[in-house]
Amino acid sequence: MSNLYPSLREALVAGRPVAAATLIAGPGPLGAKLLIWPDGHTEGTLGDPALEARVRLTALPLLARGESRVIDDAELGVSIFIESFVPPPVLFMVGGVHIAVALAALAKIVGFRTVVVDARPAFASAARFAHVDELVVAWPDEALAGRLDVRSCVAVLTHDPKLDDPALRVALRSSARYIGALGSPKTHAKRLERLSAEGFDAATLARIKGPIGLPIGAKSAEEIAVSILAQMVQVQRGA
Amino acid sequence: MIEYLQQIDAWLAHGEQVAVATVVRTMGSSPRQVGAKMLVASGGGMAGSVSGGCVEGAVFTACQEVLASGQARLLSFGVADETAWEVGLACGGKIEVFVEPLR
Repeated sequence: MSNLYPSLREALVAGRPVAAATLIAGPGPLGAKLLIWPDGHTEGTLGDPALEARVRLTALPLLARGESRVIDDAELGVSIFIESFVPPPVLFMVGGVHIAVALAALAKIVGFRTVVVDARPAFASAARFAHVDELVVAWPDEALAGRLDVRSCVAVLTHDPKLDDPALRVALRSSARYIGALGSPKTHAKRLERLSAEGFDAATLARIKGPIGLPIGAKSAEEIAVSILAQMVQVQRGA
Repeated sequence: MIEYLQQIDAWLAHGEQVAVATVVRTMGSSPRQVGAKMLVASGGGMAGSVSGGCVEGAVFTACQEVLASGQARLLSFGVADETAWEVGLACGGKIEVFVEPLR
């Protein structure tokens, strides 16, 4: 029927995104399958080139968002299940601070790949962050450039405009799903003033969750990490 | 899916065939999300789940049938009906599960 499992397996192991479209109802061989890659090329067949073209168009945006669902094709009276197989979304934490230590641990449990970025080697120390997937000792703008997509989350945690602002500039120009910045309402207001003076408009600046996290009265670094993670899930689920 | 690769590799290495059951649609409350999977090998081995345990028995049987026939099937499970001997979901939701041979 399909013989696509080896290709799917290879993509899963390599962490490459791929969508699988499967004929689940209607006339035609149930289980017929088409793999759709992010660049639009396909492998396999659903038995009808016009249907495949329509499925491909629907699948690509779903794949970009990592979503799966059934589509009913009225023309042919068939149902197709489009399933996105995507590597875990990435949480970029800017600032190798205490909150990042806790947030990295919790985010991993929830299913994020975790990256900590700090230009200061004392903060971005391997001893403190043995549990993160990737530790980057570099300026945040350099470290984040070109790495943010619609599933990325960015938590800016340094409290230092020299590090926070460059990270926010890159994040705001990207399609990152979640952008949060640590700091009191006063600190956040000043931050928005600076970025506004640089030319970011109000709608763009409204993407920053600041002060970061859901208001649950968090005090300790670990509790603040819970509030940030809860907010990330809220944004991710569109709740 | 990636969490089951090792298990699938082991089954295939033993020359077993594998059926994959995937939650493709959910309506109302349901314990597992779209994409949740249960796998059944021809030797009787099993991994994963498609509900909170409510319909796994029926899905297991369907997987064995699909392995025997080679024919993929779409299953629907609704609210449990006391007057019928049907399997159903105690939570009141509905789910659709697609069962296919892995290949």
